[in-house]
Amino acid sequence: MRKVFIQTLIELAKRDERIVLLTGDLGYTVIEPFQKSFPGRFFNVGVAEQNLIGIATGLAANDFIPFVYSIATFVTLRPYEFIRNGPVLHNLPVRIVGVGGGFEYGKSGKTHHAIEDIGLMRLQRGMNIFVPADSSQTKTILEETWDISGPTYYRIGKQEQTLGVLQGKFKVGTLQIIKKGTDIGIFVCGSLSLLAEQVFQKMNAVGISTLLAVVASISPPPKELKRVISSFSLVATIESHQITGGLGSLVSETIVENGLKTRLLRFGISQPLDSITGSEEYLLNKYHLNEKFIVSRLVKIWKKKI
Amino acid sequence: MNYEKNSVTGKKIRQLILDLSFQSHEGHIGSALSVSDIIAVIFGEILHISNIRSKNRDRFILSKGHAALALYCALYLKGLMNKRTLETYCSDGSLLGVHPEAALTGIEFSTGSLGQGLSFGVGTALAADLLNKSYHTYVLVSDAECNEGSIWEAVMFAAHNRLSNLTVIVDLNGQQAFGYTRDVLQLKKLSEKFKIFGWNAFDVNGHDEKKLATMLRRKTSKPKVIIAHTTFGKGVSFMESQIKWHYQPLGEQEYSIAVKELK
Repeated sequence: MRKVFIQTLIELAKRDERIVLLTGDLGYTVIEPFQKSFPGRFFNVGVAEQNLIGIATGLAANDFIPFVYSIATFVTLRPYEFIRNGPVLHNLPVRIVGVGGGFEYGKSGKTHHAIEDIGLMRLQRGMNIFVPADSSQTKTILEETWDISGPTYYRIGKQEQTLGVLQGKFKVGTLQIIKKGTDIGIFVCGSLSLLAEQVFQKMNAVGISTLLAVVASISPPPKELKRVISSFSLVATIESHQITGGLGSLVSETIVENGLKTRLLRFGISQPLDSITGSEEYLLNKYHLNEKFIVSRLVKIWKKKI
Repeated sequence: MNYEKNSVTGKKIRQLILDLSFQSHEGHIGSALSVSDIIAVIFGEILHISNIRSKNRDRFILSKGHAALALYCALYLKGLMNKRTLETYCSDGSLLGVHPEAALTGIEFSTGSLGQGLSFGVGTALAADLLNKSYHTYVLVSDAECNEGSIWEAVMFAAHNRLSNLTVIVDLNGQQAFGYTRDVLQLKKLSEKFKIFGWNAFDVNGHDEKKLATMLRRKTSKPKVIIAHTTFGKGVSFMESQIKWHYQPLGEQEYSIAVKELK
């Protein structure tokens, strides 16, 4: 998704001179095309994420739309107070681009595993949060939102991927229902959309009619979320994030605040990170983010209900 | 209170600081007194802000936000804030808190958490470069603020990008909340540090308005830092260089003594 993101940003930067790109010395082999196209609008601030956000704040206060790029952990956790006191409290259009949600930097180890970033950004009032499900939706999201007012967090997948049925659809403050169903509703964000699609297929194969919805607009949240949830007695969220703070929390809050009678199962990371490393696939399995576990849980709970 | 707004001077700022901090029963007096002359020179002689809403106005950022009272007084003396607003300092419903709020005219960024204003200023100076604008950005930081690693991130970036439209003033009063900077975390020779990082650095008496103005006007090809040697609590004998006046508010008797000393 990150390559598509940069390609799209280049196209937008041709139209809008306010766009500048800053990196905290990351994005090697990915962001150079922007640097080549706009050498005067590209800054590597070095390994200095606090200053990265601080400079972007100063630029945004003076009519620029700065995009800051780094790995999702580094661009959210290290400069968190700068994000709050800078773009959030001044309501400035700083664009924070965090690459690699969840275990996408698997073997790099737990310092690189972004499992709190969406939650952190949700705590900041006025922060737009977009988590594309695949490469084509990444392009649409950026085209729809690059000049939206206020600060924005984009959580971008490291690898390119296609969720065929989505066809890049996106609108701010909405969700995308890509498969209809009547028994269980599944909500997914980010690169685990492909896993969610596998779960969807398996559920239907065992005779449980399942809806699959992509929630890329975490904030502002989809206005139809309450209505869609309320049409099910059982819903599930799938995300490469802690089960608290992210999509699971958004759906949970929607249920509780509206007094809905829907049960929620949150599939995400619910245990502390330990010292064992491995590929993304290995770590997703280790933390039970795989088709077999999710399907068996869903089937078990569904059968108990009926 | 009734002050003439004919000019911005360190003495007038100090008188206002005493009145307002006494009325509001708020502290941070010593720090505000130490920057009074610096802020007076910047607002009185240096900043081109005749049109405060112009995109080409000079920018001043008070990174050491806890000295905001001195800044409010300067804005009032400059005619950018009315007396009624100034007198709301630290009262319920006011925009004038202990730390500056960007919703006020003349305040570029809300600060208060140390080590952030300089990065905001670097971005502001970079924006001028990119837009070919001639405005200059001035950032006032405290000496203890240089404990923050983010200050040095910003210092390196400004040097690397040769932001000659950026001036930093360090209020070197030698004190911080828990004691003297030499005891808490030694700063050694700050001007040498800045020079090694690629800046032009000048040491100056931070209460000598004439010398401050000369140094602030000096054009350089690199970013410039003025290490302003100041006295914490300047002008009030019992506050000068005394740690307790970092936080302590004025009592009635102390207030009347302080006011007499400043006359």
